[in-house]
Amino acid sequence: METNKGVVDEKALKAQKSPSGISIIWRELVKDKLAFGSLIFLVLISVFVYGTAIFLDQDEIVTVDLFSIHQPPSEEFWLGTDYGGRDIFGQLIIGTRNSLTIGVLVTLMTGIIGIVFGLVAGYYGGHVDNILMRILDFFLVLPFMMIVIVFVAIVPKYSVLTFSLIMTAFLWMGIARLIRSKALQEKELDYVQASKTLGSSNFKIMFTQVLPNLSSLIIVTMTLNLAANIGLESGLSFLGFGFPESTPSLGTLLGYARNPQTLEFRWWIWVPASVLILLLMLAIRNVGEALKRATDARQRRG
Amino acid sequence: MWKFTVRRLLIMIPQIIALSIVIFVLAQMMPGDALSGMIDPNVDPERLEELREKHGWNDPWYVQYADWVGGLMQGDLGQSFRFKMDVTELIGQRIVNSFWLSLATLLFTYLIAIPLGIISGRYNDTLLDQTITGYTYIGFATPLFIFGLVMLWVFGFMLGWFPTSGSVTPGLEAGTFEYFVSKVNHLILPALSMALITTVSTVQYLRNEIIDTKQRDFILTARAKGASESRVYNRHILRNSLLPIAAFFGFEITSLIGGTIFIENIFGYPGMGQLFLESITMRDYTVVTAVTLLFGIASIVGALLSDIILSLVDPRIRIK
Repeated sequence: METNKGVVDEKALKAQKSPSGISIIWRELVKDKLAFGSLIFLVLISVFVYGTAIFLDQDEIVTVDLFSIHQPPSEEFWLGTDYGGRDIFGQLIIGTRNSLTIGVLVTLMTGIIGIVFGLVAGYYGGHVDNILMRILDFFLVLPFMMIVIVFVAIVPKYSVLTFSLIMTAFLWMGIARLIRSKALQEKELDYVQASKTLGSSNFKIMFTQVLPNLSSLIIVTMTLNLAANIGLESGLSFLGFGFPESTPSLGTLLGYARNPQTLEFRWWIWVPASVLILLLMLAIRNVGEALKRATDARQRRG
Repeated sequence: MWKFTVRRLLIMIPQIIALSIVIFVLAQMMPGDALSGMIDPNVDPERLEELREKHGWNDPWYVQYADWVGGLMQGDLGQSFRFKMDVTELIGQRIVNSFWLSLATLLFTYLIAIPLGIISGRYNDTLLDQTITGYTYIGFATPLFIFGLVMLWVFGFMLGWFPTSGSVTPGLEAGTFEYFVSKVNHLILPALSMALITTVSTVQYLRNEIIDTKQRDFILTARAKGASESRVYNRHILRNSLLPIAAFFGFEITSLIGGTIFIENIFGYPGMGQLFLESITMRDYTVVTAVTLLFGIASIVGALLSDIILSLVDPRIRIK
């Protein structure tokens, strides 16, 4: 009897315990039909793009074929060909994969730099904060687009990796500022004081105690950043300062439309890529907005 | 107030110095002589070395930096090897076009944002508000360059309402009425495309601001003393909600800078952004350095304007 009672109590306790962050986020996502649909769309697109890309040979797709320049959509080329006779449909798949990959890569790298920078500045405060914030202010005043374009143009060994590093170097400030302001508030709370009294190291408090409390905020910001980064990458590729032509991205396909002839008469080259970028950005934003609501109890729907 | 402004102005000095150092370092990394343009980057390295020696570009970096800054102070931005003319003169020709484009864009931005924001905030949660909110939501997600391309395609090529490139029809004489009309005609489409995308944040901000103000006590008081609905909105709510929008003005300048690069490129509009891209493709690095510096300074000034306007609007900021 005694043990049985204990079990019941534990069950009752479990029911009272507030739901975990992940389950709140999940509930909000399922409740919001638009966001849930967007999530499914994103998953399907990713699976399709990464799955098909295994069977597609990037080098074969980007090989110039002079006998089939600027073909309209047909049985052989579902979405026609570009000025080098390259299949647009294949480029679209590879391009989506490359755009997504670099978007995620840049988001993760800016996230890591931003989180560490923001946590250190906010947690220590005082002089450390002052110095770090001056560095951040300095990066903020640089004209992003131009500096990145200049770097891309003059870096000697230019590759996809250097491109994402260049983007990361000038994009980490937003998340750093956000994390810093939250860490400033968080460090005044009792649990941090208690942990200090118990003798935890600053490092431990920052990364194993304060950081988990900011996790939902970080997830939301990084989701919204992902959309922004894909937009920036495709913008740079559009201008011709992103991916090289041998590694097409969605922006590269749009870049062909800078030729007025292509813009006016060959819609199949640039319209599908535009629609795809737009859908991706909207879908990621929908998910991000739902996550944002989940982190704010007043706005929750679920 | 003055104390804040002066302190804010002083912060600008290290910012501009830091910017100039970054650009100087970048210029050093560029092939050829990116600071004065007296050495063509396309000549072969041996000849380059000779020229470097001749012009004294083997001096230590701080001497070169001082020379460059000294030249800048006197308005000497170097030589463009491609156009064979002073960069200052070259930029002078282009900056006028960019100025008009930016002005037209700002005008459209506020012409769109203020009515939409007011309608959306005043009649919130009606069908009209939902339409406007839907527009801002999609506008936020749409990259500027895609929207620009679509606008050019639809209104420039398919409907043929607007010219598709340039800033004026060639062959017209400056100063005539036709010239002016043609200038305006070339401006509308690029400016409108940029404004329709950049305006969404202002619309959203204004809407939230109005909804927020609507629920304040002083509005209740105004209604209680019998002020008419239009007076409540025009005198009480708008005055409070429009001021923060003014503070956005400086940020608009910063976002315009990024935007003009895309818009000028798409619409073939000969402004500073286009000059920047052309120069970087042609390896005319003197021009690249000069334009980057000017745009950098413009965005620093934009941030300064925002902070000063904000401090005028919100006295709490001045105390910091």
